[in-house]
Amino acid sequence: MSDSPAIVHGAPTEAGHSHGEHPAYQRHHFETVEQQADATNFAMWLFLLTEVMFFGGLFCAYLIYRNWYYPAFVSASHQLDVRWGTANTFALIFSSFTMAMGVWCAEMKKKGGLVLCLSLTFLLGMVFLGIKTIEYHEKWEKHHIPGIRYSMQSFLNPASDEAAAAYGDKPLPLDMARHTEIYFFLYFAMTGMHALHMIIGIAILGYMIIRARAGAYTTGHVTFVENFGLYWHFVDIIWIYLFALLYLISRHP
Amino acid sequence: MSATIISLPDQSTARIPKTNFITKENGLLSWLLTGDHKRIAILYLISITFFFFIGGALAGLIRLELLTPQSDLMATDTYNKVFTMHGVVMIFLFLVPSVPATLGNFFIPMMIGAKDLALPKINLLSWYLYVVGGILVIYTMASGGVDTGWTFTTPLSTHYINTNVMSTGMAVFIAGFSSIFTGLNFIVTLHKMRCPGMTWFRLPLFCWAHYAASILMVLGTPVLAIAIVLLALERTIGIGVFDPTKGGDPLLFQHLFWFYSHPAVYIMILPGMGVISETVSTFSRKRVFGYTAVAFSSVAIAVFGFFVWAHHMFIMGISNYAMLVFSLLTMLVAVPSAIKIFNWTFTLYKGSITFETPMLYSFGFMGLFTIGGMTGVFLGSSGTDIHLTETYFIVAHFHFVMVGGMLMAFLAGIHFWWPKMTGRMYPEKISQLAAVVTFIGFNLTFFPQFILGTLGMPRRYAAYPPEFQILNVFSTAGATVLGVGYLMPVLYLVWSLKYGAIAGDNPWQATGLEWQTQSPPLTENFLVTPIMDHEAYDYEWLEKQQAKEVASVG
Repeated sequence: MSDSPAIVHGAPTEAGHSHGEHPAYQRHHFETVEQQADATNFAMWLFLLTEVMFFGGLFCAYLIYRNWYYPAFVSASHQLDVRWGTANTFALIFSSFTMAMGVWCAEMKKKGGLVLCLSLTFLLGMVFLGIKTIEYHEKWEKHHIPGIRYSMQSFLNPASDEAAAAYGDKPLPLDMARHTEIYFFLYFAMTGMHALHMIIGIAILGYMIIRARAGAYTTGHVTFVENFGLYWHFVDIIWIYLFALLYLISRHP
Repeated sequence: MSATIISLPDQSTARIPKTNFITKENGLLSWLLTGDHKRIAILYLISITFFFFIGGALAGLIRLELLTPQSDLMATDTYNKVFTMHGVVMIFLFLVPSVPATLGNFFIPMMIGAKDLALPKINLLSWYLYVVGGILVIYTMASGGVDTGWTFTTPLSTHYINTNVMSTGMAVFIAGFSSIFTGLNFIVTLHKMRCPGMTWFRLPLFCWAHYAASILMVLGTPVLAIAIVLLALERTIGIGVFDPTKGGDPLLFQHLFWFYSHPAVYIMILPGMGVISETVSTFSRKRVFGYTAVAFSSVAIAVFGFFVWAHHMFIMGISNYAMLVFSLLTMLVAVPSAIKIFNWTFTLYKGSITFETPMLYSFGFMGLFTIGGMTGVFLGSSGTDIHLTETYFIVAHFHFVMVGGMLMAFLAGIHFWWPKMTGRMYPEKISQLAAVVTFIGFNLTFFPQFILGTLGMPRRYAAYPPEFQILNVFSTAGATVLGVGYLMPVLYLVWSLKYGAIAGDNPWQATGLEWQTQSPPLTENFLVTPIMDHEAYDYEWLEKQQAKEVASVG
């Protein structure tokens, strides 16, 4: 049959093709290491794009209900503690810095630095989740978790509620106060989905720390660390949006 | 003048190459843990065929029930479950992965001269996700089914129904991720894995169509995923986002759902259009007319496809302005679709057309898809839509597009590439018969439903007024013929695995790179990375290659 210069027939030799001239981490179907790094990097960006669309659905719901029930959203957001939120924002921004330094260390083949940076990132992630747990617990105690235990007391009678009183909230009519439940649902859905991403990220970080101690990422093959860094920064930036949207609704000049 | 372009090697000496991707390794585990895109494509082919016949059996039950005006074969709520499961199985487990996960998976790397998809492990993961989704659907059926319709419309699905909404939702969620990973893999592969000389405008149109479909998978499916998550939360803990009594809006669910599910119909049809571009060119021995226009029309369909979703909601209470805008935008999709149909027609013009099975299926596609597309314009204009929606007209419309279009394209593709995938030809005469039987059966089944719809027969009911019976009997009779048409390929294709004629490398004299290597291909596809030194569909290049070969061998 046809036989162009580009196309050769017959069975390959027993070895298939030789791995001799490639580094061990190059997968067999890539021509060069650069192509491999390029392709996985591109795939990571695309994956983050799907994540944007995933969170996009939630942001869309948030936008609609915030427009419809603005007073309820303002009052409900007063129940969040901006200080905790700010602390968490700083924890995450700092963890993004340590993660970026980790990628740099991997590129520079500094094993000790890499392990340190990853461990710091891990720690800061845990701090974030710890603070989030405290915040969730507060909501549980004040019956602000949507469901049958949900209580509108803080919005119908703000004087009885410390946080609401501090902001000088006026009582909401029952009709509007009911809609605070939607705010809290969105709060839990969005921060919960974000926390889930954090937990997955922290688990991967743990795995990476163990591997990095064995010297896995300091041999010149840094794609995994780089791509994980992209994921971590993405989770970070989602939080920055969440912080602004959920905590700072009424805090503008 | 011969009536066929098939050129097979001398059957007395021809052999299937000893080393190929099938014989490379043996044992079940070598298949279940493979990273080879071709093996994963075969795994997908087997599993989607399995689910196709489950979905088909459910369709058979629907048609049997509708043979008589009374609901006598099954109880009305059983009927609801049957058509829901038919929809879920056919859409999420057959149509969405049909061409991309089998033919796309198998041939995109070969067409662009690559050894594999960029992410082989993700590819395998996507098959496993598909299987988990499939198992959940089977579990749903075994444990009593679900009766929301495949659209999970709220508040029906969240408040009023006590069937397995959760397991179905989870199945769709997981199968969705399988689709995301397939799309992501294709995009990365098409960007980063093309062989030297393979520029974007030398890609076969099959690749362009898959690229466009992949964009839809990657951008649309996550929105479905979050919609399903919200639905599940609404159902389990009553969060209120879709519950009007708590200030939520059930329409929001439909917006999120159709934001995926309208582009999803393009996920289903675009890869089919890619197949047709290949077959039409090969069997009329001409470069596809207006290559660039066809390539960009795929992308245009993908882009426009994201801005028309609310035409599913004209009677659901969206505003008049929204109706106006979405109606207008819907008409826009007709333009790139028409570009494709016209360009294929021009490709046929003065071509040397032959009528092998893939071409017969392709003609079926072009006719039926055109009818399906034109009736889509009726439904896209909000005035007529209010009369026609939720009737059998819409059922007929999307079956013309999905079954008449996509399934015909799938079968065209399976027949076209069967010799490459297996190294053996399918039997030509009986498969031509199957193509004709399918076409007749299809028209007999679904054409009467257009009339039923205009007369006002609503969809999703087990019973109907007696005056509609004659047309329903036609439709049920057609479904039987259609069933035969679908069973035939399974039988003779399996038969051909052992007894089919040896196909050789390039039985159709086609130009794609996938045809310039052995059949079935090696695990690495090509021994040496190919260099693309000609345009796509360049039949003169192919002739020169063959002349050179005769000169050197003969």
